[in-house]
Amino acid sequence: MPPVASSPSAPATRRTARDLRVGETGTICCLEDPVMALKLLDMGCVPGVTVRLSGRAPLGDPLMLVLGDEEYTLSLRGSEAATIVLKD
Amino acid sequence: MPAAGPPAPEAPARPMRIALIGNPNSGKTSLFNQLTGLNQKVGNFPGVTVDRKSGWAQLTPARRAEIVDLPGTYSLYPKSLDERVITDLLYDPSSTSYPDFVVVTVDASNLRRSLLLFSQLADLGLPAILALNMTDVAARHGVHIDLGALEAELGVPVVPMNARNGSGVAALKIVMAERLAAPPVRFWQPDAAVHPLVQRLRTHFQLHSDYLALHYAQQAEYLAFLSAEDRAYVQGLVQEYAFDGTAQQASETIGRYARINEILLETVTVTRTEQREPVSNRIDRVLTHRVGGYLIFLAVLFLLFQAIFAWAQYPMDLIDQSIGALSGWLQNTLPPGPLTRLLTEGVLAGLGGVLIFIPQIALLFAFLAVLEETGYMARVTFLMDKLMRPFGLSGKSVVPLISGLACAVPAIMGARTIESWKDRMITIFVTPLMSCSARIPVFTVLVALVVPAESVGFFNLRGVVLMGLYLLGLFSALGSAWLLKVLLKARERSYFIMEFPVYKWPRWKNVGLTIYQKVRAFVWQAGQVIVAISVLLWGLASYGPGQRQAVAEAQARREAAIHHWTPAELGRQVASARLETSYAGSFGQTLEPAIRPLGFDWKIGIALLTSFAAREVFVGTMSTIYSVGQDADMGTVQQKLRAEKGLDGKPFFTPARAFSLLVFYVFAMQCMSTLAVTYRETKSWRWPAAQLVYMTGLAYAASVLIWQIWGS
Repeated sequence: MPPVASSPSAPATRRTARDLRVGETGTICCLEDPVMALKLLDMGCVPGVTVRLSGRAPLGDPLMLVLGDEEYTLSLRGSEAATIVLKD
Repeated sequence: MPAAGPPAPEAPARPMRIALIGNPNSGKTSLFNQLTGLNQKVGNFPGVTVDRKSGWAQLTPARRAEIVDLPGTYSLYPKSLDERVITDLLYDPSSTSYPDFVVVTVDASNLRRSLLLFSQLADLGLPAILALNMTDVAARHGVHIDLGALEAELGVPVVPMNARNGSGVAALKIVMAERLAAPPVRFWQPDAAVHPLVQRLRTHFQLHSDYLALHYAQQAEYLAFLSAEDRAYVQGLVQEYAFDGTAQQASETIGRYARINEILLETVTVTRTEQREPVSNRIDRVLTHRVGGYLIFLAVLFLLFQAIFAWAQYPMDLIDQSIGALSGWLQNTLPPGPLTRLLTEGVLAGLGGVLIFIPQIALLFAFLAVLEETGYMARVTFLMDKLMRPFGLSGKSVVPLISGLACAVPAIMGARTIESWKDRMITIFVTPLMSCSARIPVFTVLVALVVPAESVGFFNLRGVVLMGLYLLGLFSALGSAWLLKVLLKARERSYFIMEFPVYKWPRWKNVGLTIYQKVRAFVWQAGQVIVAISVLLWGLASYGPGQRQAVAEAQARREAAIHHWTPAELGRQVASARLETSYAGSFGQTLEPAIRPLGFDWKIGIALLTSFAAREVFVGTMSTIYSVGQDADMGTVQQKLRAEKGLDGKPFFTPARAFSLLVFYVFAMQCMSTLAVTYRETKSWRWPAAQLVYMTGLAYAASVLIWQIWGS
């Protein structure tokens, strides 16, 4: 699968980083939005890296994602997390 | 601001220029402070690593080097204006400020992502040193790095160090004193498909690396040093070769990570001892708690206000009284005459208006620096994002808005980190409505004049009124932001994504340097303007056109003879008559019809005019205007204002009048520096002009409302 997919027509079962429950871990499969992807890639969201949702802001948004096993934390909006597609 | 200029370098050759570059939170600023100490200069305006900061470092006894501190970045593809400073410096080898080499600060506990930026810099062909920071943190995480192997893989010197306590910095300096060759290792090559395009760009611009040429193709439209023809040339080639920048960049980044993973396999061994949750995450659970998080943020803000209003009061009173005492002593000691009066009523009054600010500015910047240093500021952004979005602002607007409590100038520059154009414009536009420290003296003097020093339960009444003025500023900023959100069209999506720095204890050296820089910048930049205006004003208030002053004085003396005034009363009347007929008096009187609906007289009119350049001049002006013709021993501004009587013989500064004036100062745009920085940051006169008209209009309307309802 291409690392940066731009097709919006993904299968309905597709999960994204936004769908994670707090504490749950997933593995990045691909990044959906090409422009957003460039930024995410720079910050270490590379396909194959694991992400863990470590928390949400009190009003539900933005999210806190811990990346890889190096344990650094990104904060990003739900709409941004929704472009990170996870492997099944 | 006068730079802490370098003494002539001892080395025979041109001193080296070294750029410091690294990820945000990689310890770059600490290293910069370790290397340069107090020998720093910061652009034209104070700002937190936003402008190009440079300083001088003594590397060896014989070698000095200029160190340029670049903004933190994750890659050479800039996402914000802030980061474009980097490409403008590093992509123009013919520039006179092109660095000889770069020192890349790398967080050892975050090696993979840090090496992305390093590998890009190496592929540009820039000689580089890798300053491996936070090896202690990495070791605690069970990460062991084989330095020799890493050096061999990367082809550049790798120096382990700790920027916080300075260990390893001496070794780094020795390596930096060497002339370095370009790194031999290439980490990534552009696709064969883009090769013809890259070769044509290399030939046309005479570039020394393929990778640099690729970046010309990617970023030509943003590179400030390229001429319009050059950009058009690149644009033409990009179209001719159907170059897809986005796809190219994505495959580059993924390619680089693949190569970095190979390097890490050879050089890093991880022996993870236990899967304990990092301390930072546990702190986050408290500080970003759904209720506790906001309460703690409010408590921090409350502490900030306490510091500015309560703690700063003691040194401020001391400064105010010292200036008053000095002024009185000089008037009694020096021979009377225009020169003595110029010194006491002009220079000293103005100087007092500058010095009195220092405690508050120092405390405020100390607070902001600590919040930034500890990593708490990023959490504030996180907590506030959702709350700010209805107003057209983002969580990232919170930092400029809070900084705006100190000074709108660095705050507006701080808005550069906001990627979205619309969010950034709104933030810039409304930031001056946040009550900056220049308003503090106006607030303090007027509130103390009309609000009794009583306590309502736990709260000090004056403190409550001050808080109210600040809230008025805050809510008007939010309201105006909402208005702009409706009016402005977005140019691109708004981004929020950012890294959460790990919580750290603040480095007091960094905090101290920040305070020192801000105070020095204020005393020099604002101070010069304020003292100059004070002296000018004293002249305008002491002299008048033609014989009008003499005529008015004679008239006063005649009336004195009729009414049998005492000599003291006569003196006051003469001085008042002279001020009224002075240049400043006629100035104020011309203005008076326009400001009478606000409850202001011509004396306040003079103060409004002079504080148009900078509002902190207000107190100095009031002090100067009311000094003319009052007893020398009447030292402080407050005593002078309290003694001022209206035509009816009652105190002139009634609560209604003082509040009309206070609200005027909450809203009005009275700061040349802010207008100038808004122009610089928006590249258009429309924004500062709109700020000036909107804010001053708001101020006028609000003051009219108060005076018409309450005052008359």
